[in-house]
Amino acid sequence: MYFMTQISRDDLLRLAQLSSLELKETEIDGLMSDISNILGYVEKLNELDTDGVEPTYQVTGLKNVWRGDEEINYGVTREELLARAPESVENQIKVPKVL
Amino acid sequence: MTINEIKNRIKDGSSARSIVEDSINKLKANSDYNAAINLIEERSLKRADEVDGGKIQGKLAGVPFIAKDNFLAFGAPTTAASKMLKTFDAPLQATAIEKLEAEGAICIAKANLDAFAHGGSTENSAFGPTKNAFDKDRVAGGSSGGSAVVTALDIVPFALGSDTGGSIRQPASYNGVFGIKPTYGAVSRFGVVAMASSTDVVGLFAKTVEDVELIMDIMSGIDDKDMTTFPDYFKVEESVKPNQRIGLISEFMSSGVDKDVLDTVNNYADKLRSKGHIVEDVNLSMSEYALAMYYIITPAELSSNLARFDGVRYGYRAEDADDLTELYGKTRGEGFVTENKRRIMIGSYVLSSGFFDAYYLKAQKARTLLINQFDELFKTYDVLIGPTAPTPAFKLGENTTDPVKMYLNDIMTVPASLAGIPAINVPAGSNEQGLPIGVQLIGPMKADAQLLALAKSMEDVQA
Repeated sequence: MYFMTQISRDDLLRLAQLSSLELKETEIDGLMSDISNILGYVEKLNELDTDGVEPTYQVTGLKNVWRGDEEINYGVTREELLARAPESVENQIKVPKVL
Repeated sequence: MTINEIKNRIKDGSSARSIVEDSINKLKANSDYNAAINLIEERSLKRADEVDGGKIQGKLAGVPFIAKDNFLAFGAPTTAASKMLKTFDAPLQATAIEKLEAEGAICIAKANLDAFAHGGSTENSAFGPTKNAFDKDRVAGGSSGGSAVVTALDIVPFALGSDTGGSIRQPASYNGVFGIKPTYGAVSRFGVVAMASSTDVVGLFAKTVEDVELIMDIMSGIDDKDMTTFPDYFKVEESVKPNQRIGLISEFMSSGVDKDVLDTVNNYADKLRSKGHIVEDVNLSMSEYALAMYYIITPAELSSNLARFDGVRYGYRAEDADDLTELYGKTRGEGFVTENKRRIMIGSYVLSSGFFDAYYLKAQKARTLLINQFDELFKTYDVLIGPTAPTPAFKLGENTTDPVKMYLNDIMTVPASLAGIPAINVPAGSNEQGLPIGVQLIGPMKADAQLLALAKSMEDVQA
């Protein structure tokens, strides 16, 4: 019942890179076949004629919901949020070098 | 035990503390089900004492409940059943929990789930699978498996869950309890770890319809922290509409469906007829494509939502990363389970340039066709019914090697999710082994209360 959408090892590693995911070697073969199978399954949609059909991105008809341009108090302080960062220095979150 | 029974016990002189202690002890005594990840002991006993001291009052004063562990709550980490958030201490609480606490309810624990709610069996939890309340060799269903099991085991009268494609209804079916996926936008999702934003809803599990109604009445309504919420439209229906036209979805009753499930649904249809309703076979041919839409749309949305877990601001951070790119990759590689990675990568694939039109746009157009079919049916029918899941609970490990097979268990629940319409699981029977079987009632937008009223009118004729 599945069509063939074969994901190669290179495709998979490219997807992992796009997704910022470092994969374990033991995960790679399984993910290759699983993702191929799933993409094969969803090709079923090609049986449908959707020419001229409007896509639905939002189901309850909402367009833009605006709020006043004012500060909302969530009851959380900067200190409380910084305390949750794995590493912080002088009120800033610390990360390893960017480049 | 129902909410009313607990309230009566308190009225008759029991302390809220003793009720909360009973629930906690019962949860501990049933730890082999692995239904909860963390207990909220200190905070819940303190709140119970405040109920007993008269400081906390409300419609749910002293009533214990359990929330799926993707709801931000005080008193224990909010893990989303992942290594990523294993020790995450929420700085605020989900609106749903705040509303319940404002009425005096007490959250005693956080329930197990598939990590980040990705799954249909609670086997993808980083804390091990939850076991079915009726057979410990079988799955709880998922992703809200822990919440379904603590309700079925009568540890608490109700438990909160989230439903993106069936994550409340399917485990409710597998564990013989009521479960509601409300209309999209009925209940605020603020403070719930986001999965797929266009279908995520907050709902609950309970033993009786009356309790579902009471909690829905409290939780629903507009929240300026979730821009998709409706002004409160949910109002408990005092009586059920007589002589309803009910459509039995033929596509859900095919030969591939378990015979006991078919019998249970047919039997429920007969009982509806005996109450004066008209039940007729209807076609929802687009339902055959719903799962394919779902496995494009939700990975796309969740891959975006899960981009925030990067080891920078909160949650897990991998060690020994030399630069920021490596920090992201290692943190996410170690913090997510394989099913999370599978879905994130599918999302990246279908959203990547060159594939967008073929997958994501195609799926969103197909979604319109599905919604059109529902709209057409609801011109004639008040309610649609069918099974909630094609089988009773399957064995642990039975579907873990084939994701497509696992996903097929959601085939009857994803259509209502994609359309944003309300659907509930009604426990309607069981097979010879005693495994529960559920019937699903699906209604038009905002018909949540009408579905519950119909289910309530049927409680006297239930198996």
